[in-house]
Amino acid sequence: MRDMSKIVKITALVVLAPLITFGLYIIAHGHLTPGGGFQGGVIIASCFALLFIAFGKQSKHMLNKELLSVAESLALFGFVFLALLGLRKSFLNNFLANSGAMFGASVPFGTKEAYINTAGTIPLMNILIGLEVSCALTIIMLLMLNEKVSKHAGK
Amino acid sequence: MSLLQHSVALLIAFPLAFAFLTAITEKLSAKVKNIVVPVGMLSVVCTAFLTSVDVFANGTKVYTMGAELPSITMPAKLAIPIRIVFIVDAFSAFMLLLSSIVATAAFLYSASFIREAQAKYYSLLFLMLAGMFGLACTADLFNLFVFLEVLSISSAALIAFFVDFKASEASYKYLIVSSLASLMVLLAVGILYAQYDMLNIAALAKVLRFSFVDIIALALLVSALAMKAGSVPMHFWVPDAYSRAPAAITATLVVASQSCLYALFRVSFSLFGAFPLIHIIAYAIILLGILSMFIGVTMALPQKDIKRLMAYHAISQTGYMLLGVGIGLLVGNTANIYALKAMEGGIFHIINHALYKGLLFLTAGAIIYSTGKRNLDELSGLARRMPATTIFFITGAAAIAGLPPTNGFASKLLIYESSYIFNPLFSIIAMIVSILTLVSFVKVFCSAFLGPELKALSNVKEVPKPMLFAMGMLSFFIIIFGLFPDIVLNTIVEPAAMALLNQKAYIGALG
Amino acid sequence: MLENKKALLFALLILQNANFLVAICLVLFGLYALLFKKNLIKMAIGIAIIASGINLFLISAGYRKGGVAPIFTEATIKASEAETRMVLPTPQALTLTNIVISLAVTALMLSLAIRIYQQTGTLDATKLGRLDEL
Repeated sequence: MRDMSKIVKITALVVLAPLITFGLYIIAHGHLTPGGGFQGGVIIASCFALLFIAFGKQSKHMLNKELLSVAESLALFGFVFLALLGLRKSFLNNFLANSGAMFGASVPFGTKEAYINTAGTIPLMNILIGLEVSCALTIIMLLMLNEKVSKHAGK
Repeated sequence: MSLLQHSVALLIAFPLAFAFLTAITEKLSAKVKNIVVPVGMLSVVCTAFLTSVDVFANGTKVYTMGAELPSITMPAKLAIPIRIVFIVDAFSAFMLLLSSIVATAAFLYSASFIREAQAKYYSLLFLMLAGMFGLACTADLFNLFVFLEVLSISSAALIAFFVDFKASEASYKYLIVSSLASLMVLLAVGILYAQYDMLNIAALAKVLRFSFVDIIALALLVSALAMKAGSVPMHFWVPDAYSRAPAAITATLVVASQSCLYALFRVSFSLFGAFPLIHIIAYAIILLGILSMFIGVTMALPQKDIKRLMAYHAISQTGYMLLGVGIGLLVGNTANIYALKAMEGGIFHIINHALYKGLLFLTAGAIIYSTGKRNLDELSGLARRMPATTIFFITGAAAIAGLPPTNGFASKLLIYESSYIFNPLFSIIAMIVSILTLVSFVKVFCSAFLGPELKALSNVKEVPKPMLFAMGMLSFFIIIFGLFPDIVLNTIVEPAAMALLNQKAYIGALG
Repeated sequence: MLENKKALLFALLILQNANFLVAICLVLFGLYALLFKKNLIKMAIGIAIIASGINLFLISAGYRKGGVAPIFTEATIKASEAETRMVLPTPQALTLTNIVISLAVTALMLSLAIRIYQQTGTLDATKLGRLDEL
């Protein structure tokens, strides 16, 4: 895969930060607005896709595949662990909601602005899913980028 | 005892957690990984075993994800169960028991040939277990689809685990068939949801009106799940996938197909059991069974590849289960003794088939492991070099042909008896298929194990001990089930058959 | 006059169910691609098209006229109406899950296709041939 012109590279770097911020925003507000972990994770992964397209083979060394893989597995394990923490009542029980702890505020009645400090384990799970999806999609793209697709390579 | 109360959730949580833990520790250190994988397998199998023992002793378990009781989850006026509910009845417990036995054997077997740092293999195996356990436990139709996909994606990845283009091609074929089947299941789920606003099998069964669209959903579900179970008109993926996967995975894949068979029976008994035209479905299942039996075995006869031959026999044996349970579905709830016998035969055959087919695939894997050859023409005189494998092969072959004192004899006898009362022709076809099975395995035995020793095979050795132990474990179960079929029938098979036939109990479990 | 009315009603029926008709068409296109296309990549595209047809079906089945999103704090309607007008978000959840799963399936299929191409140099299913003789 060839890299593109300097203009494309610079533009990609410029829009990278706002795009990643947007993805993080979507993840963090998953319990308040449409969106959530998967959608935000896909947005973040698409930023890296932009990098790969702009920089071609140079981008291979920008990201550490092993680290991404560990982060992905850690996020998934964290999800199951969070679900297990609710076991005092039931698996996946939202034990943080309305407890007053982190994300534990109760939701006031009526049409008001949304409070981010609510919904218990749901925002935490959204963050973990966001991490998992962004890492997993980036790894998939990295692996496909590294493949040498040439005829009769194996024969 | 609170942990036992949560064991249904742990069934899903443990395999998932250990799958991801294995993937983490693979990167960090090999020593930790070597501890994590056996510990994980042990805890997963123990959870499954304890859950099924609990269910057989104390009756159906109902578990609601995220809340304590299913009744809390229904908004008072809507009365729609919106949470995911797991209902583990005797048939689910039966599947849990079966999949944990075969998974243990597969795990032990792979311990010797996945020696390198290939933790991903175990991660995927854990994911496959999560899919099978989830399929067996869930009472939510959409959840069924999700676990079906978890199962098929992880098994497709495992089929192509060793880099080999034939394995990749088999895996591609498997993936196309299974994702098409799962998407059709999802379409049926969407049709049902659009009409009744609910996904819970027990709640749906209560309100089902059997409109024209429901019948379309039923047809989609039955055909898609029969396709995934490897029944005849859509059986073409079975020989490729079974013969190209690593041997331990093939044994697990057999159980994966049984899980899809479980889903088929669950849908046709527990969801559509009260359908007035269910006998059409029953006849369709019986017809699929007869066709699978006959076409599977006739295709197996000319095969020369040892694993491919066994894969065709797997199709043929699936036919016996479809025949037995189909007769049960046809006669239905009328407390007919032969219906119950046929059901018992079909269900008993599920566990027997998983055991002996698993064993046969493991012996085939052992032959390929130590000789590197899979063509029967190139194999000869292995009985001298591999005596233990030979004995295990004889056990498995006797069981699949239905010879006493193995478990295959017990379940096949039940199916012969009950289908003879129903229609003598079915019973005759079943016996002919059994004889052809015996013929084909005698051929394998003679050409691979007997005969003169070949020069090319002069330095063949017996396989490593973990492999022998795995095969020995399955043989032990085969002989025990064959010697004491009454105990097995009364303790696990009859409750499972009754759980399927008694649709009201399943609906009532939700409360 | 009557003929016109009939035609109008028919057109209305088609328009009202346009989503479902398009969904069925998408599923059929996908099946066509699976059955008649020989290229492995095109088969993967076929599966993806079927998945999106089913997504469309699920989303259309979840649509209710006059329904509002079940967001607790943004409910502009009275509590008594909320029970009848708030829409259960289950179909959206189903669709999202299906999107995730079909993403995984497509990724796996494409990587298998890459591997097959590396090892055989072709993506043509007929040239790959049957695995073994039978």
